Amino acid sequence: MIYKGKQKIWSDYQKEIPDDHWFYARSCIRQNFFPASEKYFLEIGRNVLGRDICDTEHHTTCGGIAYHSDVIPQETAMTIVARQFALMTEMGYRNLVASCITSFGNYTEILETWREFPELEARIREHLWKSCRREFEKPEYLAHASDLMYKWRNDIAERAQYRLVNKDTGEPLDIVEHIGCHYSKMFPHKGVGGAEYPCVLSGMVESWGGRIVDYPERRHCCGFGFRQYLVKANRGYSVSNTYKKFESMEPFHPDGIITNCPGCPYFLDRWQYVIAEQTGKTYGRDGFGIPVFTYEELAGLVLGINPWDLGLQLHQTAVEPLLDKMGVAYVPADKYLGLNREDLLRPELPSVLKCF
Amino acid sequence: MKEKVLIIGGGIAGMEAARQLQALGCSPLLVEKEHGLGGHVARWHKLFPDMLSAESLVTELEAGLSGVTVYRHTEVKSINRLKDSYSVKLSNGENLVVRAVLLATGFRLFEAAKKEEYGYGVYDHVVTNADLEAWMNGFPDERMPEAPRAVGFVHCVGSRDIKAGNSQCSKVCCMTAVKQAIEMRERYPQAEVYCFYMDLRLFGKKYEDFYIGAQRDFGIHFIRGRVSEVGETIDGRVQVKAEDTLLGKPVKVILDLLVLMSGMVCNPSASALAPQLRLEIDSDGFLRSRDNVAGILESGRPGIFYAGACTGTKTVPETLAEARAAALRIYQYLQA
Amino acid sequence: MKDFGFTLSPSSAVSLDKVDSRLWHKLLETSPDAAVCISCGSCSASCPAARWSGMSIRKVLLALQRGQSVAPMLSCCMLCGKCTMVCPRGINTRKLILALCRICEKP
Repeated sequence: MIYKGKQKIWSDYQKEIPDDHWFYARSCIRQNFFPASEKYFLEIGRNVLGRDICDTEHHTTCGGIAYHSDVIPQETAMTIVARQFALMTEMGYRNLVASCITSFGNYTEILETWREFPELEARIREHLWKSCRREFEKPEYLAHASDLMYKWRNDIAERAQYRLVNKDTGEPLDIVEHIGCHYSKMFPHKGVGGAEYPCVLSGMVESWGGRIVDYPERRHCCGFGFRQYLVKANRGYSVSNTYKKFESMEPFHPDGIITNCPGCPYFLDRWQYVIAEQTGKTYGRDGFGIPVFTYEELAGLVLGINPWDLGLQLHQTAVEPLLDKMGVAYVPADKYLGLNREDLLRPELPSVLKCF
Repeated sequence: MKEKVLIIGGGIAGMEAARQLQALGCSPLLVEKEHGLGGHVARWHKLFPDMLSAESLVTELEAGLSGVTVYRHTEVKSINRLKDSYSVKLSNGENLVVRAVLLATGFRLFEAAKKEEYGYGVYDHVVTNADLEAWMNGFPDERMPEAPRAVGFVHCVGSRDIKAGNSQCSKVCCMTAVKQAIEMRERYPQAEVYCFYMDLRLFGKKYEDFYIGAQRDFGIHFIRGRVSEVGETIDGRVQVKAEDTLLGKPVKVILDLLVLMSGMVCNPSASALAPQLRLEIDSDGFLRSRDNVAGILESGRPGIFYAGACTGTKTVPETLAEARAAALRIYQYLQA
Repeated sequence: MKDFGFTLSPSSAVSLDKVDSRLWHKLLETSPDAAVCISCGSCSASCPAARWSGMSIRKVLLALQRGQSVAPMLSCCMLCGKCTMVCPRGINTRKLILALCRICEKP
């Protein structure tokens, strides 16, 4: 691997990301899958780094899942998105940051479509006015939340309590980065680093002391694939794609996986359990899997936030192997304690994949 | 007095045209931006279909230049039309007045790194057709593996590729790939060699014989399918994905070396000169000839002529034939 | 094994470096001209068995090189020789089929 060659490509795909004043569009599924990720994005942005990020309870889903599952027509998705833009405008913001990769892709696709077909934008404005008497300005800057985290990576590194370094050997941890398909495959110039060698996550990992694993199936889909998962008859295709990725990364013995999409960490995490049950195979050491994280969770760990406050107990694949390598202090007994030390009850443990 | 003719480009077209113009009693002035003459051919190893040594061709052409004024390391800074001649300013400070100008600016190899998915400049063992020829010529290249067990060739890199800005076929790469595949197999008989092609365009004399030989005598695997993506394995080898479109199934192979057949695109120095001389650019990005049947050598501007790959992809024999024809055409123009 | 209602799907991808090409190389020993096939399809287009049975010399030769099974297709050949007549590369396809049948019987 020639690192300089990647740097050259990265320099061709730099994206302007304003430093402050963002309207935050949450994901519809992340709060269930990774309940603390969005909370800690706001926490890190606002309280650690002092940025102004607007979070409103009035916004809805972007319609992306329904759109990509052929449930709603694009005009409907556009009108939903127009309403988000209207909220942003009403609250006095010009920069929109999306929590979800599919939302980011959806917003990007819609803005690009309107640029090509202004008559469609005019029609959507009309739809929005008729349906809820709102008007909107298009965002001046559109970013994915991982773009902001990428921009903040060195600020976070300066405040790091732990680094992505093996505390016993001093060696950098080997981290697999997985980028959501809708981040830059549709519009390579809208992603930091482009689509073939994105550096949005690898930049964070390197800044926090880790080492990136570039394995042959790095660019391959996580396996979610919308209808490949949502239709149960197709789910074999979903898990097979994930299996293909794990088989390809296995020889590199990664210590962890960082992702920037709602679906990817979910499937890379949960399917390890299904693959283990079906094939008897696990990809970490001693029967464990490879821990999978969102970029907010990894940033939170680096900043020294309690792993159980970061919601890591909701992962299927045990995160403890990575916590131990980093030397993160945690109380194993507190794993299944919720807010105000409420007992969340212990989950049933799988028969093959080792978990706590 | 001998009529002066400026020849821009000291590749094989410029050299051959200079030699012919000299023989016809003109005074050719050959301008080459690099030190060495022969352009791309000077860096090439063997030429199909007879496996002629490229070096011997360049040496032969260079020997024919005695008496020709050659400006090495020199570029044309500006060029202006006078009444029936051209005033030329060279980068060495000299000013020339010439009766005719021959553009023999040739081509530039498509920058393989632009096809990011192939990992040229990123993965350790990905080279271009030109890199391979240079290595065969004895230039060390650390990307070349010691004793390869598997070698792949990707046809049409940056050619027939609308997204890369080149819808045209680069024409010579298919035959070059077959030639290089055979050469690799000769050097490394234990290596499996794969050619990934979209169509095999083997149009020239004896090209098809090469292809039959590659199949029958060298056991080269021809896979009809374009490589979609390249990755690197843990031991630094190259993983290639394609579809075998004849079989209707995706295929995957791990290689020790991947050779990208970069196509020809117009030399940017020709594109830079074009506006000064009000020359038109054709839809394929090369210089536009008066017409593409009987007027390939003519620019449509008085006293400005073309030879070789400045008007499109050409083979070596085609380029040499054009150079000779252009010399004669210029001679006739000067006589009139 | 736990029943999830779905399982890993087998991949249809062919790994070229892991192909079992023993049959192909065995064939080349007696019929080296098999290598010059260009998959033009004229053999299959003129084959009286092709449209009913799926027999195709083109597919047989390709399948052998990719390590796929060919025996079911071979059994449909009627040895009429039309494919030999139309092959532009002069491959003696009839001889080739007989040679293949022999190889498949005695691997």
